[in-house]
Amino acid sequence: MRSIKPRHLRRRAFPRHITTSVTAQPQITPITSLLIANRGEIALRINKTANRLGIRTTTLYTDPDASSQHAACSPHSISLGAANGYLDGERIVRLTKQHGIQALHPGYGFLSENSVFARRCEEEGIVFVGPPAQAMADMGDKARSKEIMNKAGVPCVPGYHGSDQGEMELLNHAKNIKFPVLLKSVKGGGGKGMRIVMEEEEFIQQLKSARAEARASFGEGGEVMLVEKYIVRPRHVEVQVFADKHGNCVALGERDCSVQRRHQKILEESPAPNLDDVTRLDLWEKARTAALAVGYVGAGTVEFILDKDSGEFYFMEMNTRLQVEHPVSEMVTGTDLVEWQFRVAAGEKLPLTQREIMERIQERGAAIEARIYAENPERGFLPDSGKLVHLATPKTDDDVRIDAGFVEGDTVTEAYDGMIAKLIVRGDDRETAIRKMELALRNYEVVGLSTNIEFLKRLCKSPAFIEGDVETGFIEKWKAELFDPVAVNPEVYVQAALGTLAMSPAAIELPHGGSLGFGRNDVERTFSFKSLDVLSEKEGEVVEVSITQKDNQLFDAKITRKGEETQFITNIVPSPTSAPGKATLSTLFPDTRIDTTVVQDANNDNKITIFQHGGKTELSLLSPTWYEKALGLKEATASVVAPMPCKILKNEVNEGDRVVKGTPLVV
Amino acid sequence: MPPTNSCPRRAPSHSSTTSTRSIASYTAPYQANAVSVLQSNVDTSSDEFRENERLMGEAMARLEKLTRAAQAGGSAKAREKHIARKKMLPRDRVTALIDPGTTFMELSPLAGHELYPEADVPAGAIITGVGVVEGVTCVIVANDSTVKGGTYYPITVKKHLRAQEVAKENKLPCIYLVDSGGANLPHQSDVFPDREHFGRIFYNQARMSSQGIPQISVVMGLCTAGGAYVPAMSDENIIVEKQGHIFLAGPPLVKAATGEEVSAEELGGGTLHTSVSGVSDYLAVDDAHAIVLARRCISNLNWPHKVSPPVDSYASPLYPESELLGLASTNLRKPFPIHEVIARIVDGSHFSEFKRDFGTTLVTGFAQIYGHKVGIVANNGILFGSSAQKGAHFIELCAQRGIPLVFLQNISGFMVGAQAEREGIAKHGAKLVTAVACAEVPKFTVVVGGSYGAGNYGMCGRAYSPRFLWMWPNARIGVMGSEQLANVMQTVGQKADPELRDRIERESDAVFSSARLWDDGVIPPQHTRRYLGLGLRASMGGKNEIKPGDTKFGVFRM
Repeated sequence: MRSIKPRHLRRRAFPRHITTSVTAQPQITPITSLLIANRGEIALRINKTANRLGIRTTTLYTDPDASSQHAACSPHSISLGAANGYLDGERIVRLTKQHGIQALHPGYGFLSENSVFARRCEEEGIVFVGPPAQAMADMGDKARSKEIMNKAGVPCVPGYHGSDQGEMELLNHAKNIKFPVLLKSVKGGGGKGMRIVMEEEEFIQQLKSARAEARASFGEGGEVMLVEKYIVRPRHVEVQVFADKHGNCVALGERDCSVQRRHQKILEESPAPNLDDVTRLDLWEKARTAALAVGYVGAGTVEFILDKDSGEFYFMEMNTRLQVEHPVSEMVTGTDLVEWQFRVAAGEKLPLTQREIMERIQERGAAIEARIYAENPERGFLPDSGKLVHLATPKTDDDVRIDAGFVEGDTVTEAYDGMIAKLIVRGDDRETAIRKMELALRNYEVVGLSTNIEFLKRLCKSPAFIEGDVETGFIEKWKAELFDPVAVNPEVYVQAALGTLAMSPAAIELPHGGSLGFGRNDVERTFSFKSLDVLSEKEGEVVEVSITQKDNQLFDAKITRKGEETQFITNIVPSPTSAPGKATLSTLFPDTRIDTTVVQDANNDNKITIFQHGGKTELSLLSPTWYEKALGLKEATASVVAPMPCKILKNEVNEGDRVVKGTPLVV
Repeated sequence: MPPTNSCPRRAPSHSSTTSTRSIASYTAPYQANAVSVLQSNVDTSSDEFRENERLMGEAMARLEKLTRAAQAGGSAKAREKHIARKKMLPRDRVTALIDPGTTFMELSPLAGHELYPEADVPAGAIITGVGVVEGVTCVIVANDSTVKGGTYYPITVKKHLRAQEVAKENKLPCIYLVDSGGANLPHQSDVFPDREHFGRIFYNQARMSSQGIPQISVVMGLCTAGGAYVPAMSDENIIVEKQGHIFLAGPPLVKAATGEEVSAEELGGGTLHTSVSGVSDYLAVDDAHAIVLARRCISNLNWPHKVSPPVDSYASPLYPESELLGLASTNLRKPFPIHEVIARIVDGSHFSEFKRDFGTTLVTGFAQIYGHKVGIVANNGILFGSSAQKGAHFIELCAQRGIPLVFLQNISGFMVGAQAEREGIAKHGAKLVTAVACAEVPKFTVVVGGSYGAGNYGMCGRAYSPRFLWMWPNARIGVMGSEQLANVMQTVGQKADPELRDRIERESDAVFSSARLWDDGVIPPQHTRRYLGLGLRASMGGKNEIKPGDTKFGVFRM
């Protein structure tokens, strides 16, 4: 076994330096079988590398995931029962032993940063593909990790958490920390008793006011304050580190993940924009120091908060797992970090030196990842779930990568995180990468649930983002621009009508479809669409499109919008190809060709989704006049519908009660 | 030859093979097909062609205008009133009823044109035609209540009966969109009593139902007296609530007869008929809903679907169909080459001509239209004994083989004169008429020019029950030309009547014919192929079966 291994390695990506050091440590146990203790895209992504390396994999699934892609990707898959099964560490350890599986990869989330679980694996002799339990525990404890970091010389957010509570004493501490500072009650929460103090002069006054409020809110003891450095314009910058069992540790570049919503990342990129090389290398150095300080092994991420105004950065925490955004680092370094994880777990040395990594980053330009979520950015990023009625993805190649856990027809359940896919793009420089990202997003089509794709496109076009002027408050800051409504061209409505027409199941056989006889022998059909664009003030606007068939695939259209002049478009020649509920049209309008995909989602409010010129428009095909009456739907349409899955805690009103507008109904 | 002749017999035998068998035993299909391709000799820049085109253009413009007017239906006021009642206009009903992307083949849109001096009856107050509903080719009959309340004029009855005849002959399910006040009372003597009058509608419904031809009604308005039997005689019917009414006598008549005061809705409304009387089967909330229900009825007919010839199995004609406009002359004295017409109607302009050089005034041969094999019988001059015999022979072939027949009429009549009579033109003509009358295959007639005298019989005129009969705008029909007729009248001793010639001329016009339903409509020449294609689909699809050799001919006088 061992004699084969180095030769095998030589043929892989890193031939040169491995031969020099491999003799020193003979303790290499290659991984041959693996339990992937995760779900979705990361399980598939791990499986892909494992397959390439000839590792036999076993996956896990819960009841809602029984027919998911990740469960189907491996030759063996084991059921965990209820939806929370992925968190059942004991059971997973037992199953691993029972099936004689050598190693376990926890992915991210779930048990990946559970040191108790990691320890249980160690105890049971299962190779845990991740850091040692102790390193995980050290980093998992906030207070302890800060202690270790301070000792190792890694800067943490300065602050005073002590018992000196005199006003002048606190002011002195604040001066040491440097203004602006944050005053917070030790019992604090919800912003009560919290003050941002920008300048020394206002400190005492703000302290008094904060104490008064805190005492009122939290009672006795509320007045005990702590002082921390306040960062006005913070950036989230993290460093991907990798350490082996031989005491080596490298930084695989940094990532900027400042563009966030609800404290969750949306866009991640590497290298971080607008960062000088001194700071960059310092970040790497500090990250490696941090990892080595806890005896780290494997893939980890050291998160820093970077003050845009001062350029200072501070240690926040270390994520002791492979992160969601790891492909960004893979793209800029040309590595497969899951492969590295297997090698390090097997006892091998790191495949690349820090210098080699740096050279690669210089060659490979920039990479950016967009997380595609099932959510509704226009409605405050409210999560969504449902069936992927239609899914079309951009073409992938060496520079465009999609890590996804779903295919068309799958259901995204509310039981788990709503991330549908990750789209990762590399370019020779940052601007190229952003442009390529936008182009790729234009070809990303999802129907069946709301996604943030349109929002991501707008982000990619935002001048502030292109300039690299990022900070964690980016979305809030540029809200108006990012949620600017888009005007819908009349051609969109025409294509919607033609597409809907093309979907009807009747196979048209000649000479049907042609005009016939004298007089008006053409057939006019009117479609009523309702706009579902929540950004536009025209939401709910009804647009009528009359399509007149003049000959086989020759149409005239009339578009009527309230308050606007009726528009006429004549001699439209569509060439549709259709499948049930879906039509693709390449239509010749008088002055241009327009390629469109029209998808009907009849089970979802008669929704018609149109993808055209890289944009998505959602319309609702209005029901015919008889619909409600004939189907007895009156009551259903007038009732209150829950906006997302939730639990009813209390009914505020009873049947028969009269309520006025604004009365709470349920909690 | 080599000096040492080691193999003396081989060389000669080899050379004899090459010298005697020089004819190829393989012919490529495209080479074989070349014998059937019709060559065109039309000069589209010639004065004659241009003049023809101009005159045809005038005729077409007139028809366009007349047809548009007829299609508008009743007066603007009547239509507004109709829409105000939230009712769909009859043509919109038909549009909603048929499958998207299919073509409705309307029958006789000019019926009733200038027929009644006291009233305009656009389209005969009824829209009829062949349309595809849920993939099933059906006959659709829709009353137009914006025209005199949709009451039945004599022409309305005739048009309704003609639609039923089309349904019966071609085994097409019937959908009646009923919205009519019943018989037009002032015309009752021409509407009610005779064999081919109002009563025949219900007779047909019963007979067709018995033959397995489904009868579906949608009651979207009044259905009074006799009219009540349309839905009542149907296999299934749908009624629109608060709009459709079925009763033998309306509220005023009831009051007069029994003194009973009752509202129309109580007397014969949708709720009553679907829940109490059982006269109706499905209750609809409005027209659009009723049409959805009617489509559902059709989808449940369990109607057989015959696969039409695939689109890639046939080609379009080699020459533009629009050139037909410059080929046909409005001056019927001028003959026009019928091969050129055939070349612009049949698939790939392929025509397997039968007896090309015998009886040349009648052109016969096999061709395909939208992939359907047809036998074509077309006039190319006056009918002689020989042409009539050839025609009879060809019709026998088609009947034997189950091939539908297409007649292209442009005939001034059979040859007259001593020699013709001596040669037995009458018995030869009789052979053609016998063959046409007896052939049990679908027949289609297009009058592309004149349709005069016994030529009309031999070329499958209306009396010979072609499945469909269409006329070109230049076509004329009559026992003979107006001039000859006036001359004959003069010769038989009548006083010269200067108005006679003009009257006959007027009465021979295609529009005059169409207004009286002597045909199924005047069609644009360039759409001939489409009409024939749709007609063939109607007559060959669904439950139609043409068995070869079904025909029994009568005695041919030899």
